[in-house]
Amino acid sequence: MPVLLPTDVLFLLLLLGLSALLVYTVRQEHLRRPWRSVMRSRSAMISLVILLAYLLIAILDSIRVPASVNGPGSSGAAPIGEPVTLLDVGLTAIRDAQEKTYSAPLAVVAHAREMTRQADGREVWAYPRLQYGGRHLADPDREHADDLLRRALLGLAAGLAGWGVLMVFIALAVARSPNGFVDFLRSACHSDSEFPWRAVLLTLLLICVMAGVLAALSQEYHVLGTGKVGEDVLYQSLKSIRTGVLIGTLTTVATLPLALVLGILAGYYRGWVDDVIQYLYTTLNSVPGVLLIAAAMLVMQSYMAKHEAEFASLATRADFRLLALCLILGMTSWTGLCRLLRAETLKLRELEYVQAARVLGVSQGMILFRHILPNLFHLVLISVALDFSSLVLAEAVLSYVNIGVDPSTESWGNMINGARLEMAREPVVWWSLASAFVFMFALVLPANLFADAVRDAFDPRRSG
Amino acid sequence: MTDYIIRRLLYALPLLLGINVLTFVLFFVVNTPKDMARMHLGQKHVTPEAMEKWKHERGYDQPLFWNDEAEGATKVTQTIFVQKSLGLFLFRFGRSDAGRDIGADIGQRMWPSLAIAIPSLIVGLAVHIGFALLLVFFRLTYLEFWGVALCVALMSISTLFYIIGGQFLIGKLLQLTPISGYDTGWNAVRFIILPVAIGMVSGLGSGVRWYRTLFLEEVEKDYVRTARAKGLSEARVLFFHVLKNAMIPILTGVVVVLPLLFTGSLITESFFAIPGLGSYTIDAINQQDFAIVRSMVFLGSVLYILGLLLTDISYTLVDPRVKLS
Repeated sequence: MPVLLPTDVLFLLLLLGLSALLVYTVRQEHLRRPWRSVMRSRSAMISLVILLAYLLIAILDSIRVPASVNGPGSSGAAPIGEPVTLLDVGLTAIRDAQEKTYSAPLAVVAHAREMTRQADGREVWAYPRLQYGGRHLADPDREHADDLLRRALLGLAAGLAGWGVLMVFIALAVARSPNGFVDFLRSACHSDSEFPWRAVLLTLLLICVMAGVLAALSQEYHVLGTGKVGEDVLYQSLKSIRTGVLIGTLTTVATLPLALVLGILAGYYRGWVDDVIQYLYTTLNSVPGVLLIAAAMLVMQSYMAKHEAEFASLATRADFRLLALCLILGMTSWTGLCRLLRAETLKLRELEYVQAARVLGVSQGMILFRHILPNLFHLVLISVALDFSSLVLAEAVLSYVNIGVDPSTESWGNMINGARLEMAREPVVWWSLASAFVFMFALVLPANLFADAVRDAFDPRRSG
Repeated sequence: MTDYIIRRLLYALPLLLGINVLTFVLFFVVNTPKDMARMHLGQKHVTPEAMEKWKHERGYDQPLFWNDEAEGATKVTQTIFVQKSLGLFLFRFGRSDAGRDIGADIGQRMWPSLAIAIPSLIVGLAVHIGFALLLVFFRLTYLEFWGVALCVALMSISTLFYIIGGQFLIGKLLQLTPISGYDTGWNAVRFIILPVAIGMVSGLGSGVRWYRTLFLEEVEKDYVRTARAKGLSEARVLFFHVLKNAMIPILTGVVVVLPLLFTGSLITESFFAIPGLGSYTIDAINQQDFAIVRSMVFLGSVLYILGLLLTDISYTLVDPRVKLS
């Protein structure tokens, strides 16, 4: 019996809605045309593959099962009774591999020296062995490098095999016949089809190989080291993906209804409706964004303090705070889109086809829904795509100011916040920051590139 | 002109009132003084007397809108709304929840904020516009392609990494400047260099891309073709004709933030331990000092509206075609 938190439900519903939209789009020729130009862009398709990989992890991390399914070995990290996600189940090995404190990536010994008592009673000032990292090695000095290489190669092979299986599936799905299979491979290699198959397949190869190597190494090592209280940094980084993706997507759920309804109403009815709505968004827009978010988060915190009983478990509290953050970010960011939609509606309502609909006696609701709304679609899409990356980046900054997600939620902002003071240590603890950097960069850069491609394809001013 | 400014100022009044009501609702209605007292005094084991005392000391024990116990006009004035919220219109910020005079604090702390913000703005503008013009100069070459790609990559990095990386590289490894801190007078220069440099680099990606789009729009216009046809060099066309005509959109972006320079940058100031208004606000958020956050929200909004007004006025100065009416 799966356990559902509010953000999980909303996120999965959002994905469902997106899929429905996708199915609808595929059937409409006029909607398919701009997407075709996005699909021709190599950078956009590479970005899409990476984004989908992130999305997959986020989805796996949003489906929760009760902890007991997970077997008795899982009682280490999560308190008993807290539901764990499918991703947690998959990562049980590294989730439970808790060290005492910092250790470098792939290390077998801790980061700092410690006084340890030997078997013969002598006290030695040395680097203690890790509890999990490389515990299977009898003589780390001699075997460490060999073992790493062996495991990495095994992972590489597994990744290649996984890619091969994936290739067969894709080829079968695309070509649909044994003869077409060879043709497909040939055209993919020469990259002479419209869709950039070679780039996409190479990206998939890269992801598969990376996943394979990481998985193989993380069986016995902390691939990205451990953090302050000994938690695995790779696990933290992977868990942070859900937070980042959720903030980037759920915020739009809060933004869109407000921006759409108010923008269309203001543009279509003009007069006092327009005045009121314009006043509303100018007022909200005048308040500096971060301060408004800070104020709203402060208020939200005191609301949670007042209703302590409703947020009994750690997970519900963190989850509520994440949801509140998304809503608040949405409340502060709908004004820009609303202004755009209002201006576009003002333009559309004067066009002949709308006037004709009005003369023919089509009801106002129908005009708004069937004639105005579909023609605003490109603006909504562009703005959602462009906002995604800035929202992911905003999460890190807000968490640093303590008005972001709950400190117990794994997020890149919290990772940076926890690790930034460690740059002053000797020797430097760099791996937490570096992992957060790489994982964030690998999400935000594709998001930016994809958004650019979408904008170029959908913005009528840029066609040409 | 004067008429226009007066009308705009009057138009700003309902906006400010709206902001005032918004902050009032957020801070006093959704989140009552009782909640605030509880938050500050702790959740449990608080006597009602202690809470009443806390509220009385800060003037939060009055009714929100209407005081039944008072006489005459004071029925309206002896309320939290008039005492705490409307006072902001006269820049009477009152006292923080910890008992300090907010107005005096702001007057003192805006100078370090300005010392960081003004050089950051100037250096950032010059460098970003310079790079953008270079990209436009080399348009339709590989240099432009990779320049734009680099911009997108730079945009995809969180500000936090620029700051942490810059502090580590320049402050710790190279030891060129102090990592953080502030000093009075000319000694402050040593501390200002690093935040300004990092501010410039962290805005490089989005800044250069933004200005490049502005310039690209201008490059297509007729007067540029005329200038080229006259035989002017491409560099001269770009740096004199295009730059001058692109000043209007550039101004929109710059003038609107001028007043907001006072309030400083939250992140930069707190990372570099600069005692400006940005770190003041961060401290207030962390200590959950609602009075300071409320004042800063209002001040920021006033300055933003002022910025919009200044933008409109500056249009007439740079572009004689624009007439305010």
